[in-house]
Amino acid sequence: MSTLAVSVWRGGRDGRFQTFMVPRLDAQTVLDVVTHIQRRLDPTLAYRFACRVGMCGSCSMTVNGEPRWTCRTHVANVERNGKLEIAPLAHLPIVRDLVTDMREFFDKWARARGQFQPTKTRRDDVARVAPSSAGRLAIDAAIECIGCGVCYAACDVVAWNPDYLGPAALNRAWTLTNDVRDGAGRARLAAVAGDAGCHACHTHESCSERCPKHLAPTASIAGLKRATALAALRGEL
Amino acid sequence: MSARAETRLWLAQRASAAVLALCVAVHLATMIAAVRGGLTAAEMLGRTRGSIAWAAFYGVFVLAVSIHAPIGLRTVASEWLGWRGRSADVACTIVGVALLALGARAILAVTR
Amino acid sequence: MSASAWRNRGHVAYGAFIIHRLSGLALTLFLPVHFLVLGQALSGEAALDVSLRWTQAPLVQTSEIALVFLLAAHLTGGLRLLFVEFVGWRSEAQKMLIASAGGVAAFCALVFALNLL
Repeated sequence: MSTLAVSVWRGGRDGRFQTFMVPRLDAQTVLDVVTHIQRRLDPTLAYRFACRVGMCGSCSMTVNGEPRWTCRTHVANVERNGKLEIAPLAHLPIVRDLVTDMREFFDKWARARGQFQPTKTRRDDVARVAPSSAGRLAIDAAIECIGCGVCYAACDVVAWNPDYLGPAALNRAWTLTNDVRDGAGRARLAAVAGDAGCHACHTHESCSERCPKHLAPTASIAGLKRATALAALRGEL
Repeated sequence: MSARAETRLWLAQRASAAVLALCVAVHLATMIAAVRGGLTAAEMLGRTRGSIAWAAFYGVFVLAVSIHAPIGLRTVASEWLGWRGRSADVACTIVGVALLALGARAILAVTR
Repeated sequence: MSASAWRNRGHVAYGAFIIHRLSGLALTLFLPVHFLVLGQALSGEAALDVSLRWTQAPLVQTSEIALVFLLAAHLTGGLRLLFVEFVGWRSEAQKMLIASAGGVAAFCALVFALNLL
């Protein structure tokens, strides 16, 4: 049986990589590897997971330099000469080992006004939105985000610009901007405009490249650029 | 700077980019057509001297560049040097003014 | 954290960004030099010719060809950005747009080089 030499990040920001030898199995995922280490080799290893079937996004980590869902990453696709490197998600404070503090990620989501603001009550009729309308199609293309943080970890602007709201928050804001039922329109555009918002995106497309749900935050952010530009020209921003 | 002002800055950069797209296309075509085994002053000035059209063209070109480049520099300074805020904005404005002044002088030099 | 972080940037659109930003920086540094050289004409044709004679040097000629490429690349890359931002996103077209941008820029530099040399 062959083995994998797995380098795993231990500690906080000033930690180091520790190498473990793990049995190499067929159809093995990176999450399988991490789980093996924690259960059989070192119970002090801290890591997050939940569904382990590619639905929740909790197991996001940096594998060989790229942010991915470890439960959906087959070792066969990423190992290099029997080696693997596993680190916590980038651009977030490290709690310990492979666990990051995701508060900032979600705080930025809130700052981008990524919440639906209702305009009707239960006494009003249900809104009628044609599924084929341009707005709804734009929403459908971007709505499946589960907040896993991979795009945030992949984005260099997040690293270079601490205030940058990031691809996920802006992507969500775009879906709400296109929602005819939502009432926060002007305030949301003001929230996503400027150097901390959509205008800081340079179309690296790392987010769209790495999104495990195959979404394109780049496209959503481009949409926000158009919407905020229009609002600015109309004096509505 | 407010989000609204930053949005306007972004718009100015994109608008000047559109203008520059045309100017640069013309400039590239001119260079490719005109530079044959080198370029002498006589060849160049023979085309531009006394020409209102070239003066107007390069005038628009220089103005657009003086808007476009400093805004780009501001972003690069912020992201790669961590230089943000008032001092960075002032420095970039100075670069813009310098480009405008040097550019205007160059246009005068080749078209008068 | 580790050198393998660079692997995250190994896709075409990121390369296009790097070329766009570096070309913009290079052109911004070149412009004042360009304006100052042209400004020599204020002292007469002969003064400008002195500066232009420097451009016969092989190193300068190579730099000129490089600058033409950088200018063309900044233009074509910028057009791609204007398209993505103002017209819209076509995921199938992204890589094609980048490839065309690079191709056109290289073509311009090549034609310039052939005329120059």
